[in-house]
Amino acid sequence: MVDSIVSAASVIAAAIAVGFAGLGPGIGQGNAAGQAVEGIARQPEAEGKIRGTLLLSLAFMESLTIYGLVVALSLLFANPFAG
Amino acid sequence: MYTFLLSKIEVGSHLYLNITEGLHLHLETVIVSTLVVFAVSLFLILGTSNLQRVPGGLQNIVEVVFEFVKSIAVTQMGPSYYGQFLPFIATIFLFVLGSNWAGALIPWKLIELPEGELSAPTNDINTTAMLAILASLGYFFAGFKIKGIGYFKRYIKPAAFLLPINIVEDFTKPLSLNFRLFGNVVADELTVAVICSLVPFIVPVPIMMLGLFASSIQALIFATLAANAIGEVIE
Repeated sequence: MVDSIVSAASVIAAAIAVGFAGLGPGIGQGNAAGQAVEGIARQPEAEGKIRGTLLLSLAFMESLTIYGLVVALSLLFANPFAG
Repeated sequence: MYTFLLSKIEVGSHLYLNITEGLHLHLETVIVSTLVVFAVSLFLILGTSNLQRVPGGLQNIVEVVFEFVKSIAVTQMGPSYYGQFLPFIATIFLFVLGSNWAGALIPWKLIELPEGELSAPTNDINTTAMLAILASLGYFFAGFKIKGIGYFKRYIKPAAFLLPINIVEDFTKPLSLNFRLFGNVVADELTVAVICSLVPFIVPVPIMMLGLFASSIQALIFATLAANAIGEVIE
């Protein structure tokens, strides 16, 4: 009984972890991409440099989502609380 | 227990090689990372033996890789110190790139193992932890080599009350490097596996291409951050 409650709570917690971890970086990445497009439109010759910086910073933001994913994966596959 | 959700992929199951009680090797990680080391070394040796004034063939590719890694090192560490640490950064970059691409490009599913499966070595958190610890040892070494005992001045740099935060940063830096690389590689493989279990035809190919791209970006990020940590210490 306790075990099934723990697994149900872990699945819900994993879903919440990934969901909220995706929220902030999603907003941030949208902001960054929008600003980059603006920059390219204003100065098309700087496109290469802007793209490089954008990709690097997008990957940094994505790593925040990945932290949430790691928490979710450890809840699903290596749960420290299940039995 | 939950593996039915993800058809083939298994997170956290390994082919163990027990050396003694309490000392295990993850055999599939060891095999693939050894292959990656040999492949990268072979690529570099073949590319740099018989150097020509006008490069051709493999030498072209090796020169492009060298220029790329050099540009990472120069931008992070400055033009006067980068030479000493370029081999370290290049090793990390090539190993991470090689292992990420080894997991994405080679159809390991064709080889059946009794337990676990062959995949990218960076799919195992021990590999990424080793790389992250190596990166932090690298910047300690760089700091002591360039600054000597004055390295410790860094801990009270902006103000003395920041000492605890600076010490904690030494631990969080490898931790975040570790989780970033591990999570990204696992996320790529999970996405491909889930899409493959839904539509096992053509549809996963763009996702695989995206994974290939993302994993090369991750190698770039890992090398950039390792170089950045060194650059911060020796500036």
